[in-house]
Amino acid sequence: MKSRLFSSESRLSDLITAHPSLLTLMSRLGISLGFGDRSIADVCEGSGVDTAFFLLICNVYTFNNYVPSTATILGTDMTGLVPYLEKSHRYYVDKRLPHIERHLDAIAQKLSGRIGQVFISFFKEYKREVEEHFAHEERDVFPHIGALMSGKKDTTYSIGEFVHTHSDIEGKLDDLLNIVFKYLPPQVDDDNVVDVVYDILRLSEDLKKHTFIEEKIMVPLVQHLENAILK
Amino acid sequence: MKKRLLIVEPAEVIVEGLRAVLDESRFKILDTESSADNLEERIAMSRPDILLINPTLLGNPRHMHVERPLAIVALVYQYVERDLLKQYDAVVDIRDSRAVIIDTLAQAAPGEEEVAKNNYELTKRETAVLVQLAQGKTNKEIADTLNVSVHTVISHRKNITHKTGIKSVAGLTVYAMLNNLIKG
Repeated sequence: MKSRLFSSESRLSDLITAHPSLLTLMSRLGISLGFGDRSIADVCEGSGVDTAFFLLICNVYTFNNYVPSTATILGTDMTGLVPYLEKSHRYYVDKRLPHIERHLDAIAQKLSGRIGQVFISFFKEYKREVEEHFAHEERDVFPHIGALMSGKKDTTYSIGEFVHTHSDIEGKLDDLLNIVFKYLPPQVDDDNVVDVVYDILRLSEDLKKHTFIEEKIMVPLVQHLENAILK
Repeated sequence: MKKRLLIVEPAEVIVEGLRAVLDESRFKILDTESSADNLEERIAMSRPDILLINPTLLGNPRHMHVERPLAIVALVYQYVERDLLKQYDAVVDIRDSRAVIIDTLAQAAPGEEEVAKNNYELTKRETAVLVQLAQGKTNKEIADTLNVSVHTVISHRKNITHKTGIKSVAGLTVYAMLNNLIKG
C-alpha cells in the first residue's frame, strides 16, 4: 500500500470528490467544511489536526485492504485518536441511531400492534447494547490510553482484556437490514423502508471501519505503550 | 437419489466390510480415507451427504467447520465415551446387522428437501427449531423436545441463518412474528 492515492499536497476537496463518504469523517476529525481549494496539509494545520493522522484514518476508510504497519502507527502522532473515537461514538449514538430510529418508528406504525412493538424494541435493544459497548470503552479503555500517553504507569486496565472481550456491534444491524428489506409485509413498502436500508448500510460500513480502527490501530498502539511503560 | 458417503477409517478390513454391506442402489461411496488429515478440505471438495468416521480419529464433530447439510456418523467397534457419541448425528456399530446399518445411515442423511440447492424456504424441522428459539428455549431444551442431538439443533440454526441472513435470536424472533409463526 505504498502508493497512496492522496498525499498531504492534494486538495482536500479532491479527496472528498473521489470518496464522498469521507465527508462524514471531517467533523469527527476536527475539520470544518468551507475549506475551499486548500491542500490537505494546509487545512489540517489550520485546524490543529495532525496531517499524518488525518491521512491514516482517511486511508483506512477508503482502502478496504489497507492495514497500517506497526511502524506507521508508531511513527504517527496519535494524540488525536481517542478524541476521534469519542466523537465517532457521539456521531453514532446522537445522530445516526436516532435518525434510523425515526424511520423505523414510522415503519412500526404501519405494522399491526404487537408486531410493530417487537420490531421497534429489537432496535431499541440493539441501541442499548451499542451505547453500553461505547460506554465501557469510554469508561475503561480511553482513560487508560490517555494515562499511558502522558507517560503514567497505569495498571487499572490492560488492553489484553479489550482484545479478549471486544465484540462486533454490526451483526444485529445486518439482521435488521434483512428484516427490513426482505420480510416486512408489502403494505409498509414506502420511502421510509428504502431510506432506512441505505442508512443502515452506511452505518454498518462505518461501524466496521470503526471496529477496524480500534482493533488494528488502537490495540497495537496501546500494546506498544504498555510494553514500553509498564515493563 | 443415492446418499453420498465419505468413509474415514484406518482398518482396511472394516472398510472392505462396509463396502460389501452397503447397498449400492442407495449409497455411493465417494472415497475412503485412513486418517482425518485435511478432512474439512476433503469434505468441501467431495460434498458428501454422510461422513462415516471412526470417532477416535475425529473427537468432537462439533469442532469441525463444514458446510451443512452433512450428517456425521460415528463408526464404532471399540469403546468410545458415551458423551462423545452423543455429539454425532448417528452411531453405526459394526456388530449391527446389515439392515440396521443401512437404516441408520439412510435416516441420518439429510432429507431431500434439505439437500435441494437454492431452496430458501425453511423446512418443517427448521421452522420447529425457529419457533422454540423465539420462545426463548436453549439449544439443549430444543434438542430434548425434538428428540435430536444438540449438534443437530445447531446445524438447523446454521441453516436458518444461512437462509434468512438473520443471526441473532432477537432478530429471528421478529422474523418469526412477521411470518406469523408465533403469536405476539
